Amino acid sequence: MSLPKDLLYSEEHEWIKKEDGKVRIGITDFAQDELGDIVFVELPEVGDTLEADEPFGSVESVKTVSELYAPLSGKVVEVNEELEDSPELVNESPYEKAWMVVVEPSDEAEFDDLLSADAYRDVINEDD
Amino acid sequence: MKELKRTPIYPEYAELGAKTIDFGGWDMPVQFSGIKQEHEATRSKAGLFDVSHMGEILVSGQHSEAFLQSMVTNDVSKLAPGKIHYTIMCNENGGTIDDFLIYMLKEDEYLLVVNAANTQKDFDWLNEHNTYAAEDVKIVNVSDDYALLALQGPKAEKVLQSITDTNLSLIKFFHFDQPVYFTGIDTGALVSRTGYTGEDGFEIYIESAKARDLWKLILKSGAEEGVEPVGLGARDTLRFEANLPLYGQELSSDITPIEAGLKFAVKVDKQADFIGKDVLQKQVEDGTERKLVGLEMIDKGIPRNSYTVYSDGEAIGVVTSGTQAPTLQKNIGLALIKTPYTEVGTEVTIQVRKRELKAVVIPTPFLKKG
Repeated sequence: MSLPKDLLYSEEHEWIKKEDGKVRIGITDFAQDELGDIVFVELPEVGDTLEADEPFGSVESVKTVSELYAPLSGKVVEVNEELEDSPELVNESPYEKAWMVVVEPSDEAEFDDLLSADAYRDVINEDD
Repeated sequence: MKELKRTPIYPEYAELGAKTIDFGGWDMPVQFSGIKQEHEATRSKAGLFDVSHMGEILVSGQHSEAFLQSMVTNDVSKLAPGKIHYTIMCNENGGTIDDFLIYMLKEDEYLLVVNAANTQKDFDWLNEHNTYAAEDVKIVNVSDDYALLALQGPKAEKVLQSITDTNLSLIKFFHFDQPVYFTGIDTGALVSRTGYTGEDGFEIYIESAKARDLWKLILKSGAEEGVEPVGLGARDTLRFEANLPLYGQELSSDITPIEAGLKFAVKVDKQADFIGKDVLQKQVEDGTERKLVGLEMIDKGIPRNSYTVYSDGEAIGVVTSGTQAPTLQKNIGLALIKTPYTEVGTEVTIQVRKRELKAVVIPTPFLKKG
């Protein structure tokens, strides 16, 4: 199970990467593996506002729908359009090609709630 | 938490990479290598399924035919030893108690193979309505005696034939043979040409203690042909593409077999009265207010069980099953909707979470074979 050390994580199985005042968000290797074959990704639009812990989109596998929960509040400045036609990228490259949105965070304090790779590993081990 | 039940194949799951889930109280594999991969393997080669959780109820005695005739929709008098019927068992309103297979083992002896989650309900329902003396109609839940494996797909016969001397080509669709012996296994099995995938294939009933050996034997001897273990996830997508109903979705105590498009298994003309006959006969003659149809998404999205279907803002029904069909590569669903909207080509909308998305009624079955 891949868990890059340079990323932050949420308990809802998203990864968060800081990039000059913005954050890039996707779902973890653990999450894609649990979901199985991803066949559809529904994302917000550029300009939409995310609210921490609220659903901002969904990922569908053959069998189920899973909501995506915003790890941080902020404005969506970029959306990965490629996932519309190639949802399987979420399975193949969860940390690289299958990033989902780039957000301008509106509340720096929310970063305190995010997890390190080690803390997130504890979360998934508890789930088992 | 209640302890989950395990099939005799359970010890094999982990090594094969299975993810298991609680399925009606059973710890069952939802997938091995991945749903799409397993689905494709079954359509192009063959898939091996552990479906030992299915229930088996034995009905025997000199009045067993008459008793079953009064309980189920199909015409049991047309069965003969070695033959199988698909049938429905209904309540007084024509709603479905369960759908299952009836194997006529011999004169006055029938094996009902029922949905796992319905086994106790069916057993109780049969007993409540059994007015015959115990020696004339005997009903026994024999689920624990049998394990059930299914080998499905175009290579199924070739693979299974390689491990038995019984000529499997003589077993016709919806027929069975027994005892069938497999290489190195000293107990005979019952083998039927039946399944739940829309592919040719077999279901193999064998004594629980021997099931694991048979599972390993089939995987080993089928490896060259590409046989793979398949979980319940792909079993669901396979049956869905073939328009085979799933109890709890296309059928329930509120849905009649006529509404669900299963008229072929409802013999309202048979002489015997059966529970629900009046309602079903009327539905056959006058039509039903709602019907099960196929829907394909026009907008991007996937229909799922329990999503509401609309026409011009009016709720007209509900999606019973839906997914992105792996073989067909389409986002399709089955939906029980009001009859005036069931013509092929009719446009409707489906509430997919926050969005109302366009869909169109398409012909079924989705998957056309041969």
